[in-house]
Amino acid sequence: MRPTALFMIALRSLSRNKLRSALTMLGIIIGVAAVIAMLAVGQGARAAVEKSIASLGSNVIIVSPGAPNQSGIRLEAGSNSHFSETDADAIRAQADQVLYVTPMVRTGGQLKFSGQNWRTNVYGVYPEYLLIRQWNVVSGSSFTVSDERGATKVCLVGKTVANNLFGEDADPVGRTLRIKNEPFRVAGLLESKGQNALGQDQDDIVIAPFSTILHKVLGGTYAQSFFASAVSGNAIPDASKQIEDILRRRMRIPDGAASDFTIRTQTDIAAAATSTSQTLTVLLASIAAISLLVGGIGIMNIMLVSVTERTREIGIRLAVGALGRDILLQFLVEALVISILGGLLGVLLGVGTSAFLASTQGWAVSVSPVSVFVAFGFSAATGIFFGWYPARKAAQLNPIDALRYE
Amino acid sequence: MSNPILSVKSLVKTYQMGEMTVHALRGVDLEVYPSEFVAISGPSGSGKSTLMNILGCLDVPTSGQYLLDGEAAQNLTRDDLSRLRNRKLGFVFQSFNLLSRTTALENVELPLLYRRDVSPSEIRDRAMACLAAVGLAERAGHYPNQLSGGQQQRVAIARSMVNDPVVILADEPTGNLDTRTSIEIMGLFQGLNTKGITVLLVTHEPDIAQFSGRQVIVRDGKIVRDIPTPNQLSAREELIKLPPPSVEELI
Repeated sequence: MRPTALFMIALRSLSRNKLRSALTMLGIIIGVAAVIAMLAVGQGARAAVEKSIASLGSNVIIVSPGAPNQSGIRLEAGSNSHFSETDADAIRAQADQVLYVTPMVRTGGQLKFSGQNWRTNVYGVYPEYLLIRQWNVVSGSSFTVSDERGATKVCLVGKTVANNLFGEDADPVGRTLRIKNEPFRVAGLLESKGQNALGQDQDDIVIAPFSTILHKVLGGTYAQSFFASAVSGNAIPDASKQIEDILRRRMRIPDGAASDFTIRTQTDIAAAATSTSQTLTVLLASIAAISLLVGGIGIMNIMLVSVTERTREIGIRLAVGALGRDILLQFLVEALVISILGGLLGVLLGVGTSAFLASTQGWAVSVSPVSVFVAFGFSAATGIFFGWYPARKAAQLNPIDALRYE
Repeated sequence: MSNPILSVKSLVKTYQMGEMTVHALRGVDLEVYPSEFVAISGPSGSGKSTLMNILGCLDVPTSGQYLLDGEAAQNLTRDDLSRLRNRKLGFVFQSFNLLSRTTALENVELPLLYRRDVSPSEIRDRAMACLAAVGLAERAGHYPNQLSGGQQQRVAIARSMVNDPVVILADEPTGNLDTRTSIEIMGLFQGLNTKGITVLLVTHEPDIAQFSGRQVIVRDGKIVRDIPTPNQLSAREELIKLPPPSVEELI
C-alpha cells in the first residue's frame, strides 16, 4: 500500500474518535513537555551554578588547615592554624605555576557607623586577593601594598554592607566605620557578585589589609588560610601540587604522613557543584521519562482497543488481499501519528512551560535544542515500541474469524 | 470444453476440537468452468462454508488438491494466499462487509489499493466503472449508512469485480435482503455471468439457487448432487411477476 494511503487511513481512523485520540495524545504531550521543561530547569540550575563558580575568581586555589590532632583529641578544622606570612612568601618565590598568593584571616564582628550597626565577616588579605577573585572596586580604590606594610586602618566594603550601614545607594568612600571599635576608613566599594553556589551573599563582606586585621583587630600571629591562583586553568593541578610540596617541606611533614591541611581548587569545587546539579537534572529527567512511558502505555492500550473494534475491518482488508505487512503498517502508522503529533505539541508545551517558569519564577531556565530533539525522538520511538504489539496482533488475525467477528 | 478455472480433487478438511476430530470435508471433487454460474447449497453443518473458505483461499485444506486458474492453492503461506485472493478472487458477503465511514467509491477501490502495479488514477477509473456497472455511479460519494441494503450489496459486488477476478465468490449474498432486492441482486449476478464472469454462489435458499445454471448440493462433507439447474429462473422475468412495490417501499 502506498505511504500516502496509509497516512490517510491513519488520519481518518484517528479523526473518527477525536476525544479518544486527543486523550491518548495528551499522555505523550505531557510526557514530552515534562522532559523538555525538566531538562530546561536542570540546565538552568547548572548554568546558575557554573556562573556562581566563575564568580569565585579565576583558577583559584584555597589552602585551609586540617583539624589539629593533639594527644588524640581532634579539634575543629582550622582551629590550630599555623600558616604564616613567610609560607605565603615561600609559595610566591618557589611555585612557578602560582600567579598570586595571599594569606587570609577572618573575623566576625559588629560594624558601627553613626547609630547603625551590622554584623558581618571581615577578611584580612593582601591586595592581590582582589586579583585572584577578579573582583573590581566600583567606587574609590583598593588598599595598597603600603597600606599592608603599614597596617593602615582602611577597608573595602561589599554592596550589602554599604547598603545596611550607610543607606541604599549612598557612596561609602571616605567615611569611617568601626570594626570591633577600631576606626577604619572606607577606601572603596566592591563590585556586586551576588550569591555563591551555596546561596551565601558574597557582597556581605569587609576586606582589609592582612596585617591590620591580624595585628590590630585579632592580635594573632598566624594566617587561617591561603588564597592563590594558578597561572592558567591547565596549570591548576601543577600549582596545587607545588603548594602542597612547599607547605609539607616547611612544616616538616615526613613522607608518607598525611598533610594536616587541605587544598581545594576551583575545578574541584566546580566538579562537586556540577555533579549536584547533574544529579538534579537526571532526577527530574527520569521523572519526566516515566511520564512519557506512561503515555506510551496509553497508546498501547488504545491501539489494542482499536484493533479489537476494527477486527471486522481487518478481516475485510485481509479478504481482499491485504498482506500481514499492510495491516501491521496501517496500525503502526496510526500509533506513530499519535506519538509524533503528541511529540510536536509536547515540544511546544515544553518550550512554553520553560518560558513561563523563566518569566514568573525568575529561574535561569534554558531549553537546549538537544533536549527538544531527544524528547521528540523518544516520543516517536515510544509510538513504534508501544504500537508494535497491537499492530502485530492485528496483522496475525485469521481472516475467517475476523470476518465473522461481531 | 475448455480447462476448468477452478478444480479440487479429494479435498479433505478436518478440525481438531479438543479430543474430537471434526471431519468438515470428506473428499470433495469439483470442477468449475469459465462463465459458469454455480450454486452450492446444503444444510448448515454440511461443510459448505468450509468448502467456500477453501475455494476462497481463506483457508487451506488438510489434504487434496486445489488448482485455481492453473495455480496450486494448497500449502501456501498466509501472504501468498492474500496475493492469490487479491489477483484472482472477488468476495461478496451476506453482511455486505463494507468499511463504514468510507465512501462507496473508496470501498470499491479497496482491493486495488493493495496492488503495487496500479496507479491511483487507474484505481479511481476502474472503481468508477464498476460502480457504474452495478448502477450506482451517482452514489459514489455516499457512505454505507446512507445506502439501502440492496445498494450496499451492489457496492460490494462492484468491489468484487474491480480486480478482474477469475471467479466471484458470493456467500449468502441475499441473506440480509428482502425478496425483491434479492431477485435484483441475482439479476445483477446473471447479468455479470452473461458477460463471461464466473460466479460461485453459496446459499441455503432453494429459490435463490434456482437463478444459477448449476446446482451442487453438499451434505456431510461430500457432494451428493451436481446437476444443471432444471428450469433456471430469469431474474428479469421474476421481477415482472412480483406485485408492484407498495408506496412505503418506494419512499
